[in-house]
Amino acid sequence: MSMQKIVGVLALQGDFEAHERMLQNALGAKTRLVKTCQELEEADGLVLPGGESTTIVKLMQRIGLYEAIQQRSAEGMPLYGTCAGMILLARSILAREDQPTLGLLDVEVARNAFGRQIDSFEADIPMQLYEGARHQLVHGVFIRAPYITRCGAEVSVLGRYQEKVVAVRQQHILATAFHPELTDDAGVHRYFLQMIEQSQEKRSRT
Amino acid sequence: MTTVNGEQTATWRTKVGLAEMLKGGVIMDVANVEQAVIAEEAGAAAVMALERVPSDIRKQGGVARMSDPAMIKAIMKAVSIPVMAKCRIGHIAEARILEAIGVDFIDESEVLTPADEENHVYKHDYRVPFVCGCRELGEALRRIGEGAAMIRTKGEAGTGNIVEAVRHMRTLMRDMRRVQSLRQDELMVAAKEFRAPYELIAEVHKTGRLPVPNFSAGGVATPADAALMMMLGAESVFVGSGIFKSADPKERARAIVDAVTHYQDAEKLAEISTGLGEAMPGLDIRTLPEEELMAARGW
Repeated sequence: MSMQKIVGVLALQGDFEAHERMLQNALGAKTRLVKTCQELEEADGLVLPGGESTTIVKLMQRIGLYEAIQQRSAEGMPLYGTCAGMILLARSILAREDQPTLGLLDVEVARNAFGRQIDSFEADIPMQLYEGARHQLVHGVFIRAPYITRCGAEVSVLGRYQEKVVAVRQQHILATAFHPELTDDAGVHRYFLQMIEQSQEKRSRT
Repeated sequence: MTTVNGEQTATWRTKVGLAEMLKGGVIMDVANVEQAVIAEEAGAAAVMALERVPSDIRKQGGVARMSDPAMIKAIMKAVSIPVMAKCRIGHIAEARILEAIGVDFIDESEVLTPADEENHVYKHDYRVPFVCGCRELGEALRRIGEGAAMIRTKGEAGTGNIVEAVRHMRTLMRDMRRVQSLRQDELMVAAKEFRAPYELIAEVHKTGRLPVPNFSAGGVATPADAALMMMLGAESVFVGSGIFKSADPKERARAIVDAVTHYQDAEKLAEISTGLGEAMPGLDIRTLPEEELMAARGW
């Protein structure tokens, strides 16, 4: 009998409760809010929520979660970043070389690339989540949203909006520029749960 | 809401969505670009651009109005985090000006001198989300009924005294617990008592929470104050005069950011609270004449 996997949700700042609600209520997943390195230990995967990327990266650095997440990613722990979470995962940020990121996902992102709050929008994004499957429409909420300006060779594009890359996967890492957690559409989160189920993470459990 | 090619902008979801993104964060009052940069570097989730912080408004008196758009725009240019600005209660022209500038949130605030002593702005009509203050549930639901996408309890701004913020948050939470415990056939009378829209009372009855994020403001001066408001149910904290009227704004700003995230960890709070220097000087609310109380503004 296999134990039910635990989905960590990084809870330093941002819309972590919206992710928790979607994972628990819509998908029946077991979740754990993560604010410390010990709490990260209990998780089998980690959602990096929306929020302010400048705030979250500082809080991560101050308590050692920055290195701990990089370590777990090296072991193969599945990660999913939305909006600010995608920025945190990225290798670099366009025109903001001074802002640190985890550098785990081989992409360059542009922050607030779709504009300020006054330009925030909702739209249906055609996404190809499953190989060979037809594109499915995922409802996305874009809030002061970024998009991806450069993708490395290992990165698969899962969705575009107005020709801008807004959803990608690179091995165990998933990222969207938009917020499915603010909608009733649980498709992307279900996909992430499957990534956790199929995870080959080599844990050096302490 | 506007729809172009299936894309919908300025929806209720995008407005409440930005409030969701600010949860677990600190929104700091800043009076110039230099302070805005300090706030961002300390980890603020957003800044509130205003020429005079509440404690100065209190000291200097006179009519407090919307800030100069030049000052707001300079701050929008200087930082990458969301920028909020205040308009006077019911001042629909100031609200339109702030919308035209493109600020990320408008605070229809009792800290400024009210422009209308009967009506608030009809906030559903704007593309920018609004935050409004409340002292109890009825006031919160009237503001949400008008279109506020975020609520903050008022506290008493510019005093460095947390007592009113605690009173307002405890009242709001107690009101919601009461509504939740009522029978279905008692909700209409509850709506009458709270002077609030019936549909919103019914929603609180069902969920036990406000339909929009619920933040705290007015009187936070220390990391412990910020943690206290989180313990009482706030989802984020606004800090006005408490940072830039203290001896060491950089350290205090950072400490308050850390305290909001780690409010459940007392050992961390002890560490965070250590050696921050002088907090802002505080005021005893009981010594303030009634006409100087900002929290009483709003109808």
